Amino acid sequence: MTTTSHNVVLHVDDVRKTFGGLHALSDIDLAVEEGKTHAIIGPNGAGKSTLLNVIVGRLAPTSGAVVFDGHILTGKQPHEINQLGVARVFQTPEIFPDLPVLHNVMTPAFAKRDGSYKLHIWENLLDEKTIQEEAESILQDVGLWERRMDHAGALSRGDKRRMELAMCLIQHPRLLLLDEPTAGMSRHDTNTTIDLLKKLKERGMTKIIIEHDMHVVFSLADKISVLAQGRIIAEGDPEDVRNDPKVKEAYLGGAN
Amino acid sequence: MLGLSAKDTGFLLFVTFLTLATPILLQPFPETSSLAQFNAGYPDLMQRFAIYGIFAIGFNILFGLTGYLSFGHAAFLGVGSYSVVWMYKLLSFNVLPGLILAIVLSGVFALLIGYVSLRRSGIYFSILTLAFAQMSYNLAYSVFTPLTNGETGLQVYTSDPQILMGEGSTQVPNLFGLVMQDSIKLPVGDWLFTFNVGYYFTAVIAIFVFYISLRIFRSPFGLILRAIKTNRTRLSYAGINTRPYMLAAFVISGMYAGLAGGLLAAMDPLAGAERMQWTASGEVVLMTILGGAGTLMGPVLGAGFIKYFENIFSKINESVLHDWFGALPEPVRDFLIAIVSPFVGDGWQLTLGLLFVLVVVFLPGGIMEGARRIGSIFRRKPAAAEPAKLPETPPAVAGDPAGE
Ligand SMILES: Nc1ncnc2c1ncn2[C@@H]1O[C@H](COP(=O)(O)OP(=O)(O)OP(=O)(O)O)[C@@H](O)[C@H]1O
Ligand SMILES: [Mg+2]
Repeated sequence: MTTTSHNVVLHVDDVRKTFGGLHALSDIDLAVEEGKTHAIIGPNGAGKSTLLNVIVGRLAPTSGAVVFDGHILTGKQPHEINQLGVARVFQTPEIFPDLPVLHNVMTPAFAKRDGSYKLHIWENLLDEKTIQEEAESILQDVGLWERRMDHAGALSRGDKRRMELAMCLIQHPRLLLLDEPTAGMSRHDTNTTIDLLKKLKERGMTKIIIEHDMHVVFSLADKISVLAQGRIIAEGDPEDVRNDPKVKEAYLGGAN
Repeated sequence: MLGLSAKDTGFLLFVTFLTLATPILLQPFPETSSLAQFNAGYPDLMQRFAIYGIFAIGFNILFGLTGYLSFGHAAFLGVGSYSVVWMYKLLSFNVLPGLILAIVLSGVFALLIGYVSLRRSGIYFSILTLAFAQMSYNLAYSVFTPLTNGETGLQVYTSDPQILMGEGSTQVPNLFGLVMQDSIKLPVGDWLFTFNVGYYFTAVIAIFVFYISLRIFRSPFGLILRAIKTNRTRLSYAGINTRPYMLAAFVISGMYAGLAGGLLAAMDPLAGAERMQWTASGEVVLMTILGGAGTLMGPVLGAGFIKYFENIFSKINESVLHDWFGALPEPVRDFLIAIVSPFVGDGWQLTLGLLFVLVVVFLPGGIMEGARRIGSIFRRKPAAAEPAKLPETPPAVAGDPAGE
């Protein structure tokens, strides 16, 4: 456990999560430092997405707590957690399929600007120039500007993911959680996404990234935690983790 | 203008024109022709078009935008009617205080019912709203009889206080002396047009509340309601607390229903509990779906369509059919009458039901989708002549990708 560092912005403190008899997460401790990209890797079913679900408030942990920037997240509603500056790209894209791409990206901006609810009944969307311009510029960053009028449901899986990334970026989150952000993308789009994520890092955004593509992981990660069967079996710099025999074992499926 | 884009302003002006010209537009057949019975330009029916149009416009803000299907909106219709009749009884026959009370009271009711019902979604939400409406209906017949006058229905008696009534005050519903049931009849050749005060009163209100609904559709609030329909959970991970939005949409649509119920009593000073029955709640669902849920005009058209059927098709009885087919040889005539008669007269609901099935199966977007498809047939040719180009200003915001 490396909880000694000073700029830790997210603490996962001894979190356990069981589904019936299944121990999806056991004794998880995690410390994510400000401005760093923390990768979580591990075989299928290791509990990676479950960990993100606990952080964003989709699941309540069986025990333990999550602390973000001095706030205890455990027990908070998802919208409250987002309002604190935590945004997430889901493993299966969670978008508004019936709305145009542009409106998908504009919607989270209202939550960022106005708080969790403000009933703008009497304003016209057309007059929300600042938000629209920002949405368009972020769509340009992720390479979807040409498709801004299309219904989001018509996008390919990779494009939906990039759009969901745009939906997160318009909120300028303090902590960005990415659950396999390049799955379903072409090699080219994967590389563009890596470049984009690197740029975000230069701007100081803290990220947790779950990824199976080791090229992506080693291009971005400052630190890696390896999860297998709900436990962190290794943690450290990319180089250490790469050479850790336990990790090789877990990935070869001989963990027990 | 009015906080709308140029395109929407044009649209609103067009709707205003149609509404104001309704007494002429719905009277296409000369009085002397045998088709005159299909004319719909008489006060009673036109008032109902406008009133149920208001009901459906409001319902659409909830159902069309958020996808939450309420089966209990007739309760607010009833609350509105009772409010207006009570104001007649206590104050005077001026409709204004009653209508204001109708909107306020139905808003309060909607807040209570919505607060509880919105704890659930999908079918459970629908069942909760239905349960509340049926409870209101039953209470109107039992505990609340002092307020509702039970089965007799609430009406004005000479013994009522009517504290604002003076010696020469009008004894029928009016707006500061402008009597609702008054009409000007204008014969033009063989045509007869009726311009009724009550219709124009409801029409002006309908145009105003249509404008409000247009503003809601174009607002960030409307965008979030649409987002709720397509993926409510995503909104919470984007930092939005969806409950206040849902509740606001529910209360607004409840107030529209209350206003519509109030207007029913403003045209005819009676209120009965049957207005709250589940069939009345179901009717507004049919109107909205038939016209096109989530579109601006659809629910209005749906309301007009159903009310037209109810009033015109129901009047075609066997003797009318005999007139129509009279010139044919007897066996053919009897055959045709035997086939057609189950679908007209008392059978109008059968025809409406069949039409509803056809629309839902073949045109899930309702009348508006039909109109759009016809429109696109005509638009295809010029579009092919021009090279395709990317829109410079985003039409999704200028126009309305989800509605219309
Ligand atoms: N809501 C749930 N109810 C019951 N079991 C669940 C639930 N969510 C996850 N699980 C189980 O918990 C375990 C961990 O799942 P999780 O989705 O976190 O894995 P993962 O590491 O994200 O895997 P992958 O790489 O395939 O996405 C799996 O066995 C899964 O079946
Ligand atoms: Mg996963």
